[in-house]
Amino acid sequence: MSREAFRHASPAVLDFQGLRIAPPQTLGAVRLVPLVRERFLAASGGEAAGPDAPRDLRIAARDYGDSVAVVELGRNAPSEPGLKYVSFVPHGLIVSYTGDGSPVAALGASFGPTSETRKGRFVHLMHRMVKQEPGEGATSRFRMLPLHLAMEGFLALHFNGPDIVWSEYSQQAIRKGLDPRSERAVRGAWLPGLEEALRTFEILPAQVGVLMFIADALACAFVLPHPDDYRRLHGSLLDDFFGELLRDYAILYPHAPAAHAPIDGAGVKTLDDLVRQVARVRADWRAYAEVLSAGLLDRAVKVEQVRTMGPFRLERFVPVFDPDVECHIGERMVRDDGTLEYLKTYRLSGAQVRRAYLLEQLAAAQWNLAQAAEALRCTVPQLGQRLVNAGFGFLLKPAVLEALLRAARR
Amino acid sequence: MTTAHERVAREDLLTFVSACFAGTGQREFYSDSRGQGISIGFLHEYVLGNYRSLYARVLACGINDYNQAEIIFRLLGSGRRVAPEHRAEEGALLYRAIERLQPQRAMRLLARLAEGRVNNRRTRAIVRRYLDNARDRELWAIKYRRRFRVAAAHAHLPFDGELGSLFVKGWREKAYTTPLFESFRRAHFAESAIYELPYSIAEGLARKHAVPRDVFLRKIEPRMTNLERLRLQDTTRDALGTAVGFDPRRLSPTRLATYVLSLPGAERAARRGELTAALEASAARAVRRTNARFGRVACVLDRSWSSSGSSEKRRRLLAVALATSFFVRAAAAEQRAFWTCPTPDELLVDAVGQTDLVTPLLEAMAWKPDLVIVVSDGFDNDPPGTAGEVLAIARGSGLCPFTLHVNPVFDDVSLGPKPLGPGVPTMGIRDAEDLPTAIAFGAFANGGATLAELDAALGARVAHFLGATEAAA
Repeated sequence: MSREAFRHASPAVLDFQGLRIAPPQTLGAVRLVPLVRERFLAASGGEAAGPDAPRDLRIAARDYGDSVAVVELGRNAPSEPGLKYVSFVPHGLIVSYTGDGSPVAALGASFGPTSETRKGRFVHLMHRMVKQEPGEGATSRFRMLPLHLAMEGFLALHFNGPDIVWSEYSQQAIRKGLDPRSERAVRGAWLPGLEEALRTFEILPAQVGVLMFIADALACAFVLPHPDDYRRLHGSLLDDFFGELLRDYAILYPHAPAAHAPIDGAGVKTLDDLVRQVARVRADWRAYAEVLSAGLLDRAVKVEQVRTMGPFRLERFVPVFDPDVECHIGERMVRDDGTLEYLKTYRLSGAQVRRAYLLEQLAAAQWNLAQAAEALRCTVPQLGQRLVNAGFGFLLKPAVLEALLRAARR
Repeated sequence: MTTAHERVAREDLLTFVSACFAGTGQREFYSDSRGQGISIGFLHEYVLGNYRSLYARVLACGINDYNQAEIIFRLLGSGRRVAPEHRAEEGALLYRAIERLQPQRAMRLLARLAEGRVNNRRTRAIVRRYLDNARDRELWAIKYRRRFRVAAAHAHLPFDGELGSLFVKGWREKAYTTPLFESFRRAHFAESAIYELPYSIAEGLARKHAVPRDVFLRKIEPRMTNLERLRLQDTTRDALGTAVGFDPRRLSPTRLATYVLSLPGAERAARRGELTAALEASAARAVRRTNARFGRVACVLDRSWSSSGSSEKRRRLLAVALATSFFVRAAAAEQRAFWTCPTPDELLVDAVGQTDLVTPLLEAMAWKPDLVIVVSDGFDNDPPGTAGEVLAIARGSGLCPFTLHVNPVFDDVSLGPKPLGPGVPTMGIRDAEDLPTAIAFGAFANGGATLAELDAALGARVAHFLGATEAAA
């Protein structure tokens, strides 16, 4: 029937291995914190990265224009019946890698006309979230849909619906599970001030990633393997999608909270004292960014491996859902020594976290309403109300639901 | 003991002078042209309303043409408010300032006066005198004929000689005795005559005769001015195969630096010797003109991404930084440049990376200079806002000599060039060769000088500004 994500997930902890946090650049509500890759840092005398830095993984963008994509998730052709993911997909990523550590073939050489089919004026038809493409020599390539990979995993959480046919569940829930499942997000270009902040942002020579904060709430983390890739994809953040919460923050708080790391001038006698003070200020900024991104870093996540490719693994992750704290889903590529090569995250809005939390609790209770209600410390009628509020009322039989709601109102 | 009023007046005046060097109403990297216009317009209205005599004297400070034109326009438009004892000085300043403006800017100003219906006796007298005394009157009458006519009619200037038939009948006169007018008339019928006209006029008429671009450019070349030649480097290279020559010695260091930075890196590297020599020669001339003398100077120069400027002011900050480096080297006993992102070859600099002013500042202090010049747009972000604090602490503990932050970028939110912090004086600057002026004003901003001292300094500048006229007359 359908495919459920994170059935075979393993626990992990997110970290920024191989990356260093640099001082932030703020404009309006948007605070952008550059992430610098340590192996490019020593060699960067300015523009180019060091000659000996590995170039065995590179990522470039493919533009799909302003179009909606219909992505076939199974093995069928996209135009045939089957499970589909439908979304606005303005761009994809082309990942090139070599298994032996040699540099990948020149980017752009084989980015000619794509073989991906396009039907009609507005709709792209695509095969799978991650699709192999012809490589060159030692270089292998695949195309992936950034962030949609993670979002698809999120939507497909507990997608099969009840495992045990409890009598309360409707025929639809039992036959089709959660299908169709949908979530809403807003495009980066709709966040007031983001475009200006990205335009005036000064990209560091060794920068490979960025942490984006809106009104000091972590909106996303974006990391790429190589500084050149980042420079090309910096503007693509405008085409990514963000939770509605962040749009509200950007409108309500047009200026990020004032943050300043002052220098302590007392006791500065020599230049060396001053140099030490400046180093302390830099450390303060690093600590500040770490505090602000605590909702993503060092959080326990469930990781699902999507693909292995030479020394790299492509994975997507969901957090352990908790309505009381911020939750980020995302996807990442990790080298076998643990270095983070690629990361893209999406901050779930409150309602999305609550939905996922509810499903998780139901699934943990084997979809038994009474057990789930106990785990959630509420009554069964209250659980019914919560299901309706979360948009999952269709899972229960209408008569059962009505009785529960009547009981809840009493 | 200075009163609060005097202190406020001094600060207002310095803010205004500083803004008048940097602000042009054009879009900058961080702010758009609309905000710029509002911000600088407010400053003008404020200073005009509160310190009218000082406002007029600012004309003598060497501020940029845009703000000179603004000041002239506003002073002429509010002549009734001038105090009788300042009337003579203001009139002299106004006339001298108009006379020193570039003709195209002066003509635009005159047309603006007509459009704004500024039509009092003093305005008419100044416009008449200006148009009467014009050295190349015939050339202007052709080159700026619409504005010339509007201004002359507005000032009730009689169209004497053939000006009358030129402006009233247009070029449809039978024949002119003035050679340039006759060429202009014939150029409407004969292609050969367009090459006797100034380039900008000939260009429109060449289109009328459908002259191929390469033929036109080849034949008009002798009539191009030096700046037109500079501007048409790429055009002529595309059309003719070789770019027209220009005289780099007649360009200011900043303009030359803008040109150098517009070239691709490979070409800069290939023409390294030639470009460096041109920049050095230009800087040496500018130093001779300004009589600048420095000791051991460290230049901390911003080459961050924001120095790429806007589409209206492309690489302006970077060009000023590069020109400052050459200018100071020509004027100083010893000079060293510290770029925000170290560059092996100064000529190859590009706008790249974040604004880390702290590291080059600390390196500069370690070099033990007598003077530190910081050229930056004031947006230091690695770490944010630390450069100003470091400078304040270093100045306080005697680790750093007198430091001046010069900033060619107008920030509409700060009502002037964005300062680095309270510890270091910030002055607006237009070109690198304004550096001595900026240092003089920066010393006032730094040392807590009184309004009287500032007024005296302004008085000296006014005397020099007006004295040059009398010597020339």
